[in-house]
Amino acid sequence: MRKFLFGTIVLMGCMMAQAQNEQALVQAVRAKLEKVNNYTAKGRMTVDVPFINAPQSGVVVYFKKPNRFKVVKDGGISILPKGGVSINMATLLSGNDYTVVPAGKVNFKGKVMRAVKLLPLAENSDVVLTTLYIDEALQVIRRAAVTTRESGSYEMELDYAKYVPYGLPDRVVFLFNTKDYKLPKGVTFEYEKSGPKKPAPDPNKKGRIQIDYTSYSINKGVDDKVF
Amino acid sequence: MWQATRIELFKIFRKPRTYIAFGAIAAIVLLIQMALYSDGETYLRFALQALQDSFVIEGTILNGYFVCFIVLQTLLVHVPLLIALVAGDVVAGEAAMGTLRLLLTKPHHRSVLLLSKYAASAVYTLLLLGFMAVLALVVSMAVFGTGDLFIMKSTEVVILDKSDVLWRYFAALGFAALSMLTVAALAFFLSVFADNSIGPIISTMSIVILFTILTTMDIPFFNVLKPYLFTNHMLNWKGFFEQPVDYREIAKSAGVLLLHIVALVGGAVFVFNKKDIVS
Repeated sequence: MRKFLFGTIVLMGCMMAQAQNEQALVQAVRAKLEKVNNYTAKGRMTVDVPFINAPQSGVVVYFKKPNRFKVVKDGGISILPKGGVSINMATLLSGNDYTVVPAGKVNFKGKVMRAVKLLPLAENSDVVLTTLYIDEALQVIRRAAVTTRESGSYEMELDYAKYVPYGLPDRVVFLFNTKDYKLPKGVTFEYEKSGPKKPAPDPNKKGRIQIDYTSYSINKGVDDKVF
Repeated sequence: MWQATRIELFKIFRKPRTYIAFGAIAAIVLLIQMALYSDGETYLRFALQALQDSFVIEGTILNGYFVCFIVLQTLLVHVPLLIALVAGDVVAGEAAMGTLRLLLTKPHHRSVLLLSKYAASAVYTLLLLGFMAVLALVVSMAVFGTGDLFIMKSTEVVILDKSDVLWRYFAALGFAALSMLTVAALAFFLSVFADNSIGPIISTMSIVILFTILTTMDIPFFNVLKPYLFTNHMLNWKGFFEQPVDYREIAKSAGVLLLHIVALVGGAVFVFNKKDIVS
């Protein structure tokens, strides 16, 4: 009985120590992101969604603490999946109302990452579960899988280069499930033209939006009117 | 030929019915613009419901390019009916008034006389299209401004960069001109057979309406017929608003329409040269 109790205590101790390690890692990532109060970034956005045919376009991305985020195409139209506000990591890690659960180590793009799950404490939180792959050496998030109540599930993959000291990515790839899209021809005033019909978009294909950042202007202030 | 065409143009623009088409187009375009100006956002909210369930759309969709696309999409199917009003009258109208025989006493070859009549119909058609383009594009751009073009299709949404839109309108209007000249050629061809203008005008309208219905109905039996209906090819101005543009398909449709024009005008000249003019 004593041996069993001892074993249980040791195991729980190890788990708690592990959780504390992960907690510390998440805090380190967060501390890096918290250096950024606001930014204005320029980049190029590529939209690859089965039923959206949009050209690659230049965009300006605005962020302001705690969670204000906007992608703007100057004089143009930008289209982002709902929940896309969480495209930046600072929003995901803002506040302390989540529990960090270690999920081992995983191989991602040829590198070993620490997997961490974030469970929200608030019952009415839109985010149900977040899984992060954290690059321990750089202390940045390389992949995030987010499950929400309202906006479905989505994944983000992030690549870093110049702005790694601030935890800001040079490239974000946003993957999400798409719903079927169909509008009555009476609404679109559509008369079908001649020629071969395009095959219907594959409803099971994931939507993909990629933003390649070319420059960041960090902590120089962003006007509230932008949002 | 130029002199004869000028005389024909004078005759066309002296008739009040010529201006009906201009008035109708002005009324429709301005009504659409006014409706979209006052309540376009409601239409967009309704149309974009399905998309806005999953996406956040930033930017001004309701701009001049969008309004022009709606106008062209609505109008280009119906403009042929207005063209028939004049093109169906150029020969048959003269026959009805009894001036055709008198006209042929002039030292002109019949072919030249007939071609000048078609040329005058073509000028009228192009002026009508130009008038519509100015109202739909220029006025919309002035009132609503410019921006990216957002095109809603039944199964797809197309967004075109604002710097990549204007040339598409010019190309589409060029193609639409070819389509309208085909209708003018049809009305002109039918006009040669009649002694009053009601017959060719109504016949042209009937053919265009019937073919348009066959074009729009998605029934397998009609799908077999579609490649042979000129109305099906007339809608290919929309091909310029696809990304990437299928130039091969557009060229094919342009070829089919051109062939129709040559065949119908050639047929009209052939029939007219053989015809015994008694009116």
